[in-house]
Amino acid sequence: MSDLFGRLDIEAFEHGPIETGAGIGIAVSGFIILFLLFYYRGWTYLWKEWLTSVDHKKIGMMYLIVATLMLFKGLVDASMMRLQQAIAVDSQGYLTSHHFQQIFSAHGTTMIFFVAMGVLFAMLNLIVPLQIGARDVAFPFMNSVSFWLFTVGSFLVNLSLVVGKFSDTGWLAYPPLSGIEYNPGVGVDYWIWAVQISGIGSLLSGINFLVTILRMRCPGMTFMRLPLFTWSALNSMILVIFAFPILTVTLALLTLDRYMGMHFFTADYGGNPMMYVNLIWAWGHPEVYILILPAFGVFSEVVATFSHKRLFGYTSMVWALALITFYSFIVWVHHFFTMGASPNVNAFFGMMTMLIAIPTGVKIFNWIFTMFRGRIYFSTAMLWFLGFIAIFTTGGMTGILLSVPPADFQLHNSLFLIAHFHSMVIGGVLFGLCSALAYWFPKFIGFKLNERLGRFAFWCWVVGFFIAFMPLYVLGFMGATRRLDHY
Amino acid sequence: MKIKHKFAFFFLSAIAIGLFAFLYPYGVNSELLDPKGLIALKERDLIWIATLLMLIIVVPVLLLTFVICLRYRASNKDAEYMPAWNHDTMAEIIWWGFPFLIVLFLSILTWKSSHELDPFKPLQSSTKPLRIQVVALQWKWLFIYPEEKIATVNFFQFPEGTPLNFEITADAPMNSFWIPQLGGQIYAMPGMSSKLHLIAQESGEFRGSSANLSGIGFAGMVFTAKATTKDEYDEWLKTAAKSSASFGIDEYKDLAKPSENNPRAIYSLKDENLYHQILMKYMMPKEQDKTNGVAKTIVQVKAAS
Repeated sequence: MSDLFGRLDIEAFEHGPIETGAGIGIAVSGFIILFLLFYYRGWTYLWKEWLTSVDHKKIGMMYLIVATLMLFKGLVDASMMRLQQAIAVDSQGYLTSHHFQQIFSAHGTTMIFFVAMGVLFAMLNLIVPLQIGARDVAFPFMNSVSFWLFTVGSFLVNLSLVVGKFSDTGWLAYPPLSGIEYNPGVGVDYWIWAVQISGIGSLLSGINFLVTILRMRCPGMTFMRLPLFTWSALNSMILVIFAFPILTVTLALLTLDRYMGMHFFTADYGGNPMMYVNLIWAWGHPEVYILILPAFGVFSEVVATFSHKRLFGYTSMVWALALITFYSFIVWVHHFFTMGASPNVNAFFGMMTMLIAIPTGVKIFNWIFTMFRGRIYFSTAMLWFLGFIAIFTTGGMTGILLSVPPADFQLHNSLFLIAHFHSMVIGGVLFGLCSALAYWFPKFIGFKLNERLGRFAFWCWVVGFFIAFMPLYVLGFMGATRRLDHY
Repeated sequence: MKIKHKFAFFFLSAIAIGLFAFLYPYGVNSELLDPKGLIALKERDLIWIATLLMLIIVVPVLLLTFVICLRYRASNKDAEYMPAWNHDTMAEIIWWGFPFLIVLFLSILTWKSSHELDPFKPLQSSTKPLRIQVVALQWKWLFIYPEEKIATVNFFQFPEGTPLNFEITADAPMNSFWIPQLGGQIYAMPGMSSKLHLIAQESGEFRGSSANLSGIGFAGMVFTAKATTKDEYDEWLKTAAKSSASFGIDEYKDLAKPSENNPRAIYSLKDENLYHQILMKYMMPKEQDKTNGVAKTIVQVKAAS
């Protein structure tokens, strides 16, 4: 019997009150949903119309639902972290360090892989085929497979609340900390499989949308007539296709290290942890552009619409996207200037990083000049854009500051860095996708969202963002490092 | 509220937030803006110069957005309206070109400062540098003075105005060695020896920590770097050398076992090659074999040949 279950014994289910509460919550809500399904005889409808559907709009909606649920989970994680850090001055607070580390690892993994990626693919599914006049994506069944791989990944992250534990090594699990020697538990394995499975889903989606955009445009829609959201999707999917195989292989090598005693990334027997850091960022840097490019595309549509004017500098916008796509592959070392590469290497990657600011800046100027001599309506979608300008330009500025290697030596891994990338991911990606949601909602549901509530949501996010993240810049200057469970 | 008042309100609050963000760090005890060593000073100046350079672009962008939003709001029917205007070559040349110039400037700054402030580059000084070997352990810092023959835990002392030549490794997962008031950090990695060169111009106690997640005791990996006058330092060396606790490889193995929030300690060093031995642990096959298959096979193949 014990052979059958391996390490899965009764102890794997034993947890503190918080996880137990979450587990019970999941079980109860699952039970309620099941009950309602049986009561209203919804099974056939759910199964035929949604779960097995290959319709891109329905798959898009399901992405949106899963991503929203995961956003809630990520939010709970974030609140728990902040609460702990608020309490744990000269004491341990209410969480053990091990538990705290699981929470921030889960927060990062959830927010990037299952919220940002989820909402991104939701928008691509809902909008791209409509924009290019295709009936569906190129491979509808594969699209469904991608969605379910993504969903299984998100289930695995949540499952770790109930059985076993989650990774405590941060969202990118640097070895040797994530190796079997320092981390013999199941936590890192949960992380590996959640990310690996959803990563394969993302890769399949990448192929799917690239082929869709290349092959299924309606007659007459030449490349320089593509809507900019589709252009940004195309560039983003090119990044997916080049970057995600690196992730798949890196995780596979880490798996071999952990399961079969190999030594790709161990410190001894000739393994090299620095190789992992390089590989994971060779994927990780393009990944952030995979997320931000479609947000740029959304703003190009939104700004033109609500300024009642044609988009300024279309050709420039397309070339800016292409340049960002290209440069995003030659900047990965800026995530670890402090590893001790030679000054030539560090300076090169720093300079390449700064170059990305040029096309990004051009895009911002083009949006501003789209508004110039227009008639600007401050709808919810447009407000998200203005919030984006305020947060993204300041976040971009601190990003360039971090790309100067000697400045990075002082700011790296501090809360300054955390403030920077939350500026980019919340102010950029999330605001972009919220704008898309407000803008295109009638397209996929059939009615407009309430403007008043939309504005309320927007102001909550903006004010909340400033309160939550601007102090982190200051804390970074005070020398506070990230991931501290107590002070 | 009239729309113009609304705009004025946003404008003023944006300026208030901006000023607050720039000035607040000076009001609190912010280590990065209060450097005590040459390297940290240069790094702080670099941060300021780069920030000001970028503000040349960022401030106009924010202002322009604000002004255009105000002027071309839909309710202002007096404003010019050109719905089909979507291209202007001169304008585009300006905003491809101008950021390029700023980035060019920043790139030159990056190239020069990367070489000048390379952590591996020894500092120029007439004073003989002090060699300190640093080992990040689970979860404490070991400092070895190979020439003075002492070793300390979570604390080290050094004379002001003397260049410090650090050699840094880890016998633990990856850490990052950082003393904000003296200068930037560098990773501490098992099997690798990083270098870092710092100097303190003033006496004082400086907080140091690990900036990279290394396991459950990571948050407690703080240490103190104490700069004193040369005389006080010599005095400290004498008392340290008298310390009855001696430190060799056996004591090291005890210390290296995982433990959290270790108190400060001073030992007299038995073996000046200790750092080298710690580093070499990762260069050769391990004595006891691991249980897992492939590693075993390698050892067996080696033994057979």
